[in-house]
Amino acid sequence: MTISNDERVVQRSFVRKVLGRPELGAALGTILVWVTFAIIAGSVFIGVDGIRNYTAVAADIGVLAVAVALLMIAGEFDLSVGSTIAATGMVTALLSIQYGINLWLSLFISALFAVCIGLFNGWLTVSTGLPSFIVTLGMMFGLAGLTIGVTRLITNRTQLGGLQDTPGYTSAVKFFGSKIDGFSVTVIWWVLLVVIASVVLTRRRFGNWIFGTGGNLDGARNLGVPTSRVRISLFVGTALASWLVSTTQLITFSGTDVLRGTGKEFEAIIAAVIGGCLLTGGFGSVVGAALGALLFGMVKQGIIFAQIDSDWYKFFLGVMLVSAVLINNSFRKRVVGSSK
Amino acid sequence: MSSYLELRNVSKIFGTVIALKDVSVSIPLAEVTCILGDNGAGKSTLIKVLSGVHKADEGEYLINGAAVHFESPREALDSGIATVYQDLAVQPLMSIWRNFFLGNERHSGGMMKIAEQKQIVREQMDLMGIKLRDVDQAVGTLSGGERQAVAIARAIYFGAKILILDEPTSALGVKQAGVVLRYIAQTKQRGVGVVFITHNPHHAYLVGDSFYLLNRGQILDRHEKANVAIDELIREMSGGAELEMLAHELKDIH
Repeated sequence: MTISNDERVVQRSFVRKVLGRPELGAALGTILVWVTFAIIAGSVFIGVDGIRNYTAVAADIGVLAVAVALLMIAGEFDLSVGSTIAATGMVTALLSIQYGINLWLSLFISALFAVCIGLFNGWLTVSTGLPSFIVTLGMMFGLAGLTIGVTRLITNRTQLGGLQDTPGYTSAVKFFGSKIDGFSVTVIWWVLLVVIASVVLTRRRFGNWIFGTGGNLDGARNLGVPTSRVRISLFVGTALASWLVSTTQLITFSGTDVLRGTGKEFEAIIAAVIGGCLLTGGFGSVVGAALGALLFGMVKQGIIFAQIDSDWYKFFLGVMLVSAVLINNSFRKRVVGSSK
Repeated sequence: MSSYLELRNVSKIFGTVIALKDVSVSIPLAEVTCILGDNGAGKSTLIKVLSGVHKADEGEYLINGAAVHFESPREALDSGIATVYQDLAVQPLMSIWRNFFLGNERHSGGMMKIAEQKQIVREQMDLMGIKLRDVDQAVGTLSGGERQAVAIARAIYFGAKILILDEPTSALGVKQAGVVLRYIAQTKQRGVGVVFITHNPHHAYLVGDSFYLLNRGQILDRHEKANVAIDELIREMSGGAELEMLAHELKDIH
């Protein structure tokens, strides 16, 4: 009798393994969208200029999606991402433009501010047991209001410009606002973060804790996983990712306004969900979220290249989101839900 | 008979409800000690006292004859008292090896030793009689019995001397329950003391060495396998006299 005939041998074919990957929906979607726009828009989309264009858009969402994906896998949400972008950008701008502080110092202070936002979100979620959806929804509105209120109080305006005249700007531009061979420097940050986060999630002990925390909170805690520390650090992660995006935008446009980043939280969540992250936690992938962000960038810019009215962008987005999730769900059910 | 774990006259009271009263059990290594009780008999409270979740209000908790006071399940675990609850504390969407090592990962500087962990899981599951070709598959793809096996193998690997199983067969079909009973027998053979908590006297009788009957928070009786027949266990468990009366009543109706 061969081993495969033993009823207690559990096995899985290569195909089932591939179908069980969280990235599958996003990967198929990316190919489909690329082919579609390659046909409609042609060489402007396929060529290197097209790639430069849509990766720049994808990178902004991608940086956020990486951090948001990790947090979602741990079973939590962060809806305050957009507000954190506005707030941290405004902190940097106020300090440097209004008070003439060296840009690097301002950036350091606004990064600390981001860490505090993340710590507060995490601490409140963990200690009260409230859903993070509610906690960060409160933060989303509270922080947005605070940003507008404080900015108007100090400057009597809602937007600030002229960052290029502040000390430290020329060196900061290299890291946060330059182009390398035509590619936005944010793309490099994005790729770097994807690699780091992916290694953490799949190969490090902390990554195992992330999956465990999101999959079964009490179970993981009973096994000795520091679930509170895991969740709080990931909230700090999303806040710092927001700081990075706000910084690249602030320096690229050499100014900011109080509404910068509005709606980004949903774009990041959509990218993570298209990339296979479960809303209930415990399952997902960083690479998937990155593909989700790439898909985002392709659709957003592809529509422009194809000279379709950009009014249709949100419609495509909605269709993409639901179909990617349907694909992910059906495959996962086939692979995981089929308990013998 | 020397017991590794012993409870002496333990009582546990919640408000005005006496959940356990004067409960004494002794649990030796390399034997299967069954605790039989119907719903509401106090099985859950007894598990929680044994596993360190609750502290007894009265009585003593002894390990190797010395009194201990556990403040948390973690401390009980460190003394070799491991509990596998009905939910098994497994994450269905996580792979077998990730589940197995969750919270106890083998690592150097935070990087998991993945190949080593996979190898250990394969070996440990092999000892349970399950040949896994792919330890990367999600636990959710395993059958109920196999999930029990993962949880049991994990507890033994991380040093359980006494393994407390909370209704391990109750949610399973006949065949799967048989598989789990075989794991229990194997665990005993490896020198681990098993506390098999169940409401099913048939399952208990197949693997048990001694039987405690728990009813309304008290130990009614204790039997050695050699001195008791299955019919007697069933009769005592189901309330004995009450069931006979019920049988008479039903006869009158027919």
